[in-house]
Amino acid sequence: MLGAPKLKPEIDAPAAPSVAATAVSIRNVDVRFGDGVNEVTALSGISVDIPEGAFVTMLGPSGCGKSTLLRCVADLIDVSEGSVTVFGRTPSQARQNRDFAFVFQDATLLPWRTVLENVSLPLEVGKHARTGDYADPRALLQMVGLAGRENALPHELSGGMRQRVAIARALVTRPRILLMDEPFGALDEITRDRLNEELLRVWQETGTTILFVTHSIPEAAFLGQHVLMLQAHPGRMKEFMKVDLPFPRSLAVRDTVEFIRVTAHLRKLLEECL
Amino acid sequence: MSNAATSLPATPDRRLGSVLDATAGVLLKHMPAISAGLGLIVLWQLIVWFFEIPTFMAPSPVDVFFAFQENAGILWANLLPTLLEAFLGFVFGNLVAILLAIWFVHSRTAERAFYPIAVFIKAIPIIAIAPILVLIFGNGLAPKIIIAGLICFFPTLVNMVQGLKSASPAMLDLMRVLSASNTEILWKVRLPSSMPFLFAALKIAATSSVMGAIVAEWIGSSFGLGALIIEATYNFRSPLLYATVVIAAVMAVILFFLVSIVEARVIRWKPAANH
Ligand SMILES: Nc1ncnc2c1ncn2[C@@H]1O[C@H](COP(=O)(O)OP(=O)(O)OP(=O)(O)O)[C@@H](O)[C@H]1O
Ligand SMILES: [Mg+2]
Repeated sequence: MLGAPKLKPEIDAPAAPSVAATAVSIRNVDVRFGDGVNEVTALSGISVDIPEGAFVTMLGPSGCGKSTLLRCVADLIDVSEGSVTVFGRTPSQARQNRDFAFVFQDATLLPWRTVLENVSLPLEVGKHARTGDYADPRALLQMVGLAGRENALPHELSGGMRQRVAIARALVTRPRILLMDEPFGALDEITRDRLNEELLRVWQETGTTILFVTHSIPEAAFLGQHVLMLQAHPGRMKEFMKVDLPFPRSLAVRDTVEFIRVTAHLRKLLEECL
Repeated sequence: MSNAATSLPATPDRRLGSVLDATAGVLLKHMPAISAGLGLIVLWQLIVWFFEIPTFMAPSPVDVFFAFQENAGILWANLLPTLLEAFLGFVFGNLVAILLAIWFVHSRTAERAFYPIAVFIKAIPIIAIAPILVLIFGNGLAPKIIIAGLICFFPTLVNMVQGLKSASPAMLDLMRVLSASNTEILWKVRLPSSMPFLFAALKIAATSSVMGAIVAEWIGSSFGLGALIIEATYNFRSPLLYATVVIAAVMAVILFFLVSIVEARVIRWKPAANH
């Protein structure tokens, strides 16, 4: 009974019948690691379309293949079976075209570069990749609330500030897709809440498609327009569902009955995965 | 420092004052080491006096002090070639090691082919290589530079390979997502990550290059601190021998500190916390 009317499972339905194009199309994807007796099936038969401009959070038990799926989209892993397309291109072409940016769990800043130099890194490398039409690193630092810290070194910043720098760096190429693998997983709850709100603001300002992996049910529900739930052994789709909470969302939405219904439903699904 | 000098009319007095302050600070910081050193020298002097040890067997600090005065010209003339050999050996040995390490990191085949050879060369005692090189290259500077270089080479190679490989997988993933070329990855990620490893090796190399040059000069050389050590020993000129050893040690320590100063200017960053 809990929250059933609010949630529309879309597992077999085509992408939302809106005008939005498909940003990422994942078709019957299998990923296997190793070979022979050591072979591990990380993902099996994943099919999902991520609409352009959507904010999709990915949830599932540890080891179910969330990172693997994200890394397939980012051209860091090749699929064993099936296909991934990003705006109709292969992940490799999309990478060369700078269609997506990746935000890692630890900010992965280069410790010998200042904040500003870290944000400018994407403008200095990959000269053969698409160039031009980039954002101003200083303006981005202002947007993530780090104006004035341009010349600080990463070790002089807090974990939350470092992650803001990483987000600014990801946005500098104006990517059409932001791939985020537990970007706030190592942060304390207050910092994480603040960054969640800011990320929603960035998403609404830029119109970027976001694929966001998390371990936290409230985070998945708060951020996601859709939640993609995976289940383990082997990693496969459990559900791709819409979260019917209005945007813009503020942290207060988490105290509403609707939000609690959504999280309760997600928790139930997650328990079924175990 | 330079800012202060341009903005304030720095009078010689004030500058001298700050230099004295800095010197006093360094002295104060190293007070325990300085006292211990002085104490040992005094102890040495007392032992030589008390047991009436003959000068040729072990000269007293006072004898050594006078040896410096009497032989200043000889010491200086022999210090320069040794310094030159150690310096050039340091430069070439490390340069070759760094370039090889870069090659190894980019080619598994090169690493598999040449790393064992490098280990083998390392395993030959330097004392045993010295005569061979003297036979090949004669009695000039060349064999000494090569030996000083060889002695620097191996620790730097090992550390540099490790340093270039120390770039975190996440950083390499980041560079791949940015479609960075191998050259860009080398310059922007691998070389900077390797700096702490490189400087650890360079500090070892700074002192061992002096040792290499001196050992090389033992084999039938007519110049250098090494030759002077041999000569002073055979002639029982122990105060001169000790003075030479002190000069060699001071030279090695100065080179070590020069490398440390460069290190402090190059590595201003710390690895980011909570990784
Ligand atoms: N490079 C690899 N080689 C071998 N096995 C791998 C590799 N990467 C992932 N795996 C395996 O694939 C499965 C999925 O891993 P993945 O990292 O995608 O999980 P995850 O959902 O991101 O987990 P977590 O929530 O703990 O981050 C795991 O069983 C893992 O052991
Ligand atoms: Mg993961």
